[in-house]
Amino acid sequence: MKKERTKQKEKRAFENKIPGEGLSRRSFFKYMGAGIATYFVWTDYLASGILTTDEDNFPSSDQLSSWIHLSASGEITVFTGKVEVGQNIRTSLTQVVAEELFLPVSSITLVMGDTQLTPYDRGTYGSLTTPQMAPILRKAAANLREILLQQARQEWKLGEISLDMEQGMIQHPNNGKKLSYGDLAKGKNLLQKMDEDVPTIEPSKWKISGTSVPKINGRDFITGKHRYVSDMVLPEMLYGKVLRPPVQGAKLKRADTDKASSIPGVQVVRDGDFIGVAAKNSRTAAMALASIEADWERSPQVSRNQLFDHLVSSAEEGDAINPQVSRAFEEAAHKIEQDFEVQYIAHVPLEPRAGLAQWTGDKLEVWTGTQRPFGVQEELERAFNLPGEQIRVYMPDTGSGYGGKHTGEAGVEAAILSKATGKPVKVNWTREEEFKWAYFRPAGFIRVKGAASEQGITSWEFHNYNSGGAGIDLPYKGSNKHQEYHRSDTPLRQGSYRALASTANIFAMESTINDLAGKLGADPLQFRLNNLDNDRLEAVIKAAAGEFGWKRTKINENHGFGMACGAVKGGFVATFAEISVHPESRELKIIKAVTSFECGAIINPRHLESQVTGCVLQGLGGALFESVDFKDGDISNAFLSSYRVPRFKDVPDMRVKLVNRKDLPSSGAGEAPIVCIAPAIRNAIDDAVGVKINRLPMLPSGIVPKG
Amino acid sequence: MRINVNDREYAVEVDGNPSLLEVLREQLDLTGTKYGCGEAACGACKVLINGTPTPSCITPATAAQGKNIITIEGLEKEGELHPVQKVLMEEDVFQCSYCAPGMILTAVALLENRQQLSEQEIIEGMNGNICRCCTYPKIVSALSKITHKDKA
Repeated sequence: MKKERTKQKEKRAFENKIPGEGLSRRSFFKYMGAGIATYFVWTDYLASGILTTDEDNFPSSDQLSSWIHLSASGEITVFTGKVEVGQNIRTSLTQVVAEELFLPVSSITLVMGDTQLTPYDRGTYGSLTTPQMAPILRKAAANLREILLQQARQEWKLGEISLDMEQGMIQHPNNGKKLSYGDLAKGKNLLQKMDEDVPTIEPSKWKISGTSVPKINGRDFITGKHRYVSDMVLPEMLYGKVLRPPVQGAKLKRADTDKASSIPGVQVVRDGDFIGVAAKNSRTAAMALASIEADWERSPQVSRNQLFDHLVSSAEEGDAINPQVSRAFEEAAHKIEQDFEVQYIAHVPLEPRAGLAQWTGDKLEVWTGTQRPFGVQEELERAFNLPGEQIRVYMPDTGSGYGGKHTGEAGVEAAILSKATGKPVKVNWTREEEFKWAYFRPAGFIRVKGAASEQGITSWEFHNYNSGGAGIDLPYKGSNKHQEYHRSDTPLRQGSYRALASTANIFAMESTINDLAGKLGADPLQFRLNNLDNDRLEAVIKAAAGEFGWKRTKINENHGFGMACGAVKGGFVATFAEISVHPESRELKIIKAVTSFECGAIINPRHLESQVTGCVLQGLGGALFESVDFKDGDISNAFLSSYRVPRFKDVPDMRVKLVNRKDLPSSGAGEAPIVCIAPAIRNAIDDAVGVKINRLPMLPSGIVPKG
Repeated sequence: MRINVNDREYAVEVDGNPSLLEVLREQLDLTGTKYGCGEAACGACKVLINGTPTPSCITPATAAQGKNIITIEGLEKEGELHPVQKVLMEEDVFQCSYCAPGMILTAVALLENRQQLSEQEIIEGMNGNICRCCTYPKIVSALSKITHKDKA
């Protein structure tokens, strides 16, 4: 049902954007230059009715998911709406294309996240690039390969025989002659819709995929040459700043901008409640902004000390509980009822939001670091009441997102300032702005009632208030289950974050499973293996247990072992932790953490390992100490000196064990590996000192409480 | 005012007392030096001033007068990467890489001062730099490769 709604919403979004007629074949090649191209149409996501049926018409860019173009000089250009935020998909997608075309990765260029050049894409989130975009590009590249082979056979007047391809050349079977891909593309305007039936290369035969190809353009990043949006400069560009309320929920009553306007070179822009300044450098813009005297009307805001009561009391009514679930719980000999509290945390992308805008007549160009360039295009359409064709959003490879850059605030602000001043304007958010005016990972309150017998889980009732339904399904056997996400009123602006609510839900779930095993006197590992209903999850648990050496031999009474597992977005993860708690200071020491991860056939082992490591360590921040403090609408730790994120010294002895399943399709890895580190440590603390810490972060003061 | 950056003299404007970070980025177009926090808490803006890694976001440009400033753009010599850059690239350490310039300059200074460094010393020396993608273990193991050997 929900899926259907999303589909319809998407279809509407597409219909609104489709300019009516498809781009013609001629205009496509006029734009791209002569050559051969293959394209893929989003049949999975669009009702077939709105696809063009006229073969002469190239479908409008809104209907495409991707295309690949081969130029007469042999250059391969791949167009995809996905974006690079450090997850290194520019590299993995290039590998996939290179593989099918028997080309080195260096001969392939990816154009990503440019709303004019690349096909519509909903956004780079949800670990969807690898399972969805990679197979499409692989297939498109395989199609191009088959077209080239066909062209070569025609050229040499050969029948349907197989030909060898290598490094951009096709070899004649008898006379040793060679044709380059570029030769075959010369003077051609060949445009072909992708044929689903063209075979792609089996993972067992991969030569480029499955290897650790280094980051594309890696040198530009370590020499400072790469321009993130915050680094970009246009001729005559001004630096913009925007007036913010002192606290969340405050409304502008009055503002005096005379002082700001009197500063030479400063332009003040007012548009309703929007007040911004633009100046020739950021220092002047900041001074001008600081000189504005504004009165604000505050409204009552929920503070952090009321957070969890508020989330529960404002929640929508839940579904009726099946009496069987309740009865099984009442009758059980071994049961647990417990609550979990999960605080808001911030993404803290090291590059804060940045936007650069330039108007040329009624055409708008915006460069911004976002996971959803087409979403930002829609924001701009609404902000300026402009059709999408007049707005081009570019997304240069960006200084990370982690789910925190789904929106385009800085781009919209830059566009408002640029329109008013008639000059290009760049708006770089400060760290404080990023903390206060972006959005957070949702806070959540979770109530669990679980019961088990030697035979397994007999009752399971799970309520998540506010943080979300992702990962809420218990992966263990048992028929008496009630799992529900209750929407609540969130005091702070919230949104996507790596793995969404899976982190919260799996924390509560895996803690409770651990405690149930404890009640039964069972080994937590064995209890899970006995009750799991998931082969792939079992396999990563066993891999991690083997690497970790799960013996649970305690050196002393403050020493403990814990584990957790989870299946999220096609990824399967298990983390095992060994910890000790200092007997006097009660400080936690993570002695060892081992994570095993499986996401099908591995495309780039080194980059996958980085994703897993990054998830585990970022997850460690949320597990132990990260949280957003807020009172009466003020975010009180909106600085990196007061909001702690993991640093070098926080890294425990950690190991990552990747499980490569060449027999299974590849899925994403930027989210799933984050979910197990918190419950693994929580369960290890419980094992060590018998204290169950049912909150995230667990140790805001660094001290393990006494039981 | 004149400042010396990457062995070149530049005339810069210091009206309003801009930070060194602002001057490098906005006047000299040396944008390899990044803004991360504005309060010397993340290391993204670090440059070498007379060889010392210094957060340029809290350093007034005027304080850099008469000193030698090295930014990430000045590390490469005649197309040859600095050994720190080289090893971090070979080991393919970074993800989004926004922290890389500050990390690299901090590591360069760390290695200049010491012939050999233990992993623990690398961790201590680098702790002021944040990598939000958390590539820390790879940075440590890559730097270990060049600090455990005798340097020429």
